[in-house]
Amino acid sequence: MLLAASTAAVVVALLPLTYLALRTAEAGWDRVVDELWTERVALLALRSLALAAVVTAACVLLGVGTAFLVTRTELPGRRFFAVLAALPLAVPTYIAAFAWLSEIRGLAGFWPAALVLTLCSYPYVFLPVAAALRGADPAQEEVSRSLGRSGWQTFTAVTLRQIRPATAAGGLLVALYVLSDFGAVSILRTDTFTRAIFVAFDLGFDRTGALVLASVLVALTVLLLTAETTTRRRGARYARLGGIRRPPARLRLGAARWPAFAALLGVAALALGVPALSLARRLADGVSRPGALAEVAVAAGNSLTVSLSGAALTMLLALPLGLLVARAPNALTTVLDRLVYLAHALPGVVIGLSLIFFGITVAYPLYQTRWLLALAYATLFLPLAVGAVAGAATQSPPGLEEVARSLGRGPLTVLRTVTLPLVLPGIGAGAALVFLTGMKELPATLLLRPTGTDTLATELWTATSVGAYAAAAPYAALLVAISALPTWLLVSRSGLLDKEDRG
Amino acid sequence: MSEVALTGVVRRYGAVTALAGVDLTVPSGLLTAVLGPSGCGKTTLLRCLAGFERLDDGEIHIDGVPIAGSGRHLPAHRRRIAVVPQEGALFPHLSVADNVGYGLGRAARRGDRIEEVLTLVGLAGLGHRMPHQLSGGQQQRVAVARALAPRPSVVLLDEPFSALDAGLRAGLRHDVREALRADGATGVLVTHDQGEALSVADRVVVLRAGRVVQAGTPTAVYREPADEWVAGFVGDAVLLPAVVLDGGTARTCLGDVPVADSAPAGPVTILVRPEQVRLGTGPGTVAATVLRHDFHGHDALVGLRLADGTRVTARILDGGPTVPVGAEVGVTVEGTARVFPTTATSTLISV
Repeated sequence: MLLAASTAAVVVALLPLTYLALRTAEAGWDRVVDELWTERVALLALRSLALAAVVTAACVLLGVGTAFLVTRTELPGRRFFAVLAALPLAVPTYIAAFAWLSEIRGLAGFWPAALVLTLCSYPYVFLPVAAALRGADPAQEEVSRSLGRSGWQTFTAVTLRQIRPATAAGGLLVALYVLSDFGAVSILRTDTFTRAIFVAFDLGFDRTGALVLASVLVALTVLLLTAETTTRRRGARYARLGGIRRPPARLRLGAARWPAFAALLGVAALALGVPALSLARRLADGVSRPGALAEVAVAAGNSLTVSLSGAALTMLLALPLGLLVARAPNALTTVLDRLVYLAHALPGVVIGLSLIFFGITVAYPLYQTRWLLALAYATLFLPLAVGAVAGAATQSPPGLEEVARSLGRGPLTVLRTVTLPLVLPGIGAGAALVFLTGMKELPATLLLRPTGTDTLATELWTATSVGAYAAAAPYAALLVAISALPTWLLVSRSGLLDKEDRG
Repeated sequence: MSEVALTGVVRRYGAVTALAGVDLTVPSGLLTAVLGPSGCGKTTLLRCLAGFERLDDGEIHIDGVPIAGSGRHLPAHRRRIAVVPQEGALFPHLSVADNVGYGLGRAARRGDRIEEVLTLVGLAGLGHRMPHQLSGGQQQRVAVARALAPRPSVVLLDEPFSALDAGLRAGLRHDVREALRADGATGVLVTHDQGEALSVADRVVVLRAGRVVQAGTPTAVYREPADEWVAGFVGDAVLLPAVVLDGGTARTCLGDVPVADSAPAGPVTILVRPEQVRLGTGPGTVAATVLRHDFHGHDALVGLRLADGTRVTARILDGGPTVPVGAEVGVTVEGTARVFPTTATSTLISV
C-alpha cells in the first residue's frame, strides 16, 4: 500500500519532466535541431554555464573562507558572523537583485548578476563546510602535526580533504541554484536559459522554442545532478569512525584578525546591508501610497491560500514516500527518492512551462486554477517534505513500537500513544517549511497563477519590471520576513548557535 | 508465573536458517539465560517468543496454551510477554512514571504499582524525570521496571547490559536479578557473555547455529559440558588426549586422572579446567616449563609446556608461589576430569 502511494507520488513529481519530453519529441526531430543549432542557443549555454561557474567558484572561496574563520580561528565575534553568513538565505535572489537595482539605477549584465547570486548563495557552501569543520576529527590534524607536518601542510593535506565532500556538495548545490535561478537574472537583464525560456513563451508565444530551450536546461541540470550524486556517494567514505567528539584547537590570527574581521563585515554589508538599506529607504514611500496596504493585504491573502493548498498537496504525496524511505530502505526506495530529487533540481520556469501545456492539453479543468499551481509546488518542494517526514519517522524507531506492543497495547493504541506523538512535530515542521518556501516561489507562480490572482512575489515582480521600486518595497519586506523563519530553523539546526568548546 | 515451552521451532530468512528446530522449556518463576556466540540465533529466538516474528515451523506454548505455530500467531500485544531491549528504548516523550505505567490499565496506573516496581529497581522517587535526564544504567533500570509493571507471563531481556561499562554492569545485573526474583517473574535473558549467564541465571541454555546444544543449571553446564565446544565456550578449558583404563582412571600426559563417568575403555579426550591444574613439586608431578604468566589480580593464568610439547593452562590464586617465565615447575591434576569421545579434530585444544 505504502509502496503504491509512494509510486504515485513519484509519478506526480515526474509529470512535468515526462510531459516536457513528450512535447519536445512531438515537435519533430528536424524542428528541434533547427532550434538547437543556432548561435543564440550556443551563447545562452555559454553564458548560463559561465555564470554558474563564476558564482560557484566565488561561493566556494567565500563559503570555505568564512567557515574556516568562524569555526577554527579566534576571530572576534565569530558566533555573530556565523549567523550573519547564513542569513542571506532569507533573501530571495529576485529581492536582492531588486534592492541593488533600486540603489544603482541601470545596473544590468553578467557581472552584477554574478555578484548578486554569489552574495545570495554562498551560505549553501558555508553551512555544510562549517558543519564539516566542526564535526571533523581534530585527532587527524594532531596526528599530522605529530608526524612532522607544519600547520599549513596539515591544513592542505588533512583539513581540506576532510571538508572536500561538503565543499563539493555545497558547490554543486550553488551551480544547480544558479542554473535554475530566474528572478535575479531577469531583473538584471542577463540572458540565460531561464530568462530566454520565459521571454520566448511569455512575450514571443514561441512554444517550440521555449520547449527546446527547456530541454537543454534539463539536460544541463541532470548532468550536474549526476555529479552531485557521485560526490555524495564518495562522501560516505569520509564518515567518522566513532570516537569521542572534541572541539579542535583554534588558530591564533594575531595581526591578521582585524583585516579578517573587516573582510567578513564587508561581505555581510554587501549581502545583507544593501537589501536592508534599500528596503528601509523605500518602505516608507511604498506604504504611504494610497491603497497600498489593501493591495498588499490582497496579495498576502492570495500567497497564503496558494501556498497552503500547495503545502497540503505536497505533504499528502510526501507522507507515504517519507515513511517508506525511513522504514524500509531498499534499492527501490533509493531510486524513488533520487527521482524525486531530479524533479526538485528542475528550474521552476521549466516546471511551470510544462504544466501549462499539461493543463491546456490534458487536464483542462485544472488550467487556470490554483490546483495546477499546487501541483507545481508539490513537484518543486516534494524533496523538502520527504526529507522532513523521513527525519521525523526516525524519531520513532520500530524497536520502540515493539516494546509498546509487548506491553500489551494494540497497533492502533501504539500509533496513537507512541508513533504519532514522536513523529508529528517533525512532520509539522516540514509542512511549515514547504508552506513558507511556497510563499516566495516566483517563476512557476508567475506562469501558472490564475489570471488576476497576484501573490506577493508576482506583485513585486510586476512593480520591479516597470521601475516602481517604492511600490515593490512592501512586498519585498514581507517576503524577507517570511523567508527569515525557515532560515532561522536551518541555522538553529546546523549547530552554529551551539555553545562552542563544549565537552 | 508461567512455563514456556518451545518445540521444534524453526525460523528462516531466505536461504539462512536462524533457528533450526529449537526445543526448550523455560521453568516458571526462574531466570533462564540463552547463551550463544553472535549469530547463533538467540535474538531471533527472543523475537519469535515476543511475537515480532512468525515461526516457519514448530510451536510455542505458555502453560499449555498454544500461542504460535501450526498456522496460529497470537499478536505480540496479546501474549503478555514484555521485552527489555538492548538500548532500553524508553519512550522519549513520556516521563519515567508514564513509561513504567505504559503497560498498565487506567486503574492500575493510579495505584501504587508504578512506585512499587521503581522501588524494586532502586529508582524510587524518580518518576517525574524524563528519560534523557537519566544515566545509561538508570535508563536500563526503568526499562526493566516498565516490563515488570503489568506482571507479564514472561520478561524477555535482550542483552540489556551490553551497552554499559563493566563496573556498572555487575551491579545492575545483580539488582535486576533481585527485582525479577522479588516480583516472582519468569525471565529469559539473552546474552553472549558466559560470565553473565553463569552468574545470574537459574538455568542456562546454550545455543549454537540455531540449535540447543545443552540446557541445565549453571554448575552442570560448566562442570559437565555436553561437548568440547560448549566446554570451551562457557569457560577456559584444557582438552587433552587420554586413554581410559579400567577402574575409572584415564592415562594422560599429566599422569593418571580419575574420570567421573564409567567411560568405556579406549582412547578419549578429557576436559580439565585450569583451576584443577596445580603447580607444585614432589612425587607424582609432571615437569613443565612456564611459557607465560597473565596476572589478573585475584588470580593468574599460567601457560605451561610439558616435556612432550603439550601445552596446558593453570589458574593459580594470588598469594601462591610466584612462577617466573622460563621456570621449571611440577604439575598435577586435582579432582575428576570429564570425558569426551575422541574426534578427529580434538587432539589438542587449549582455550
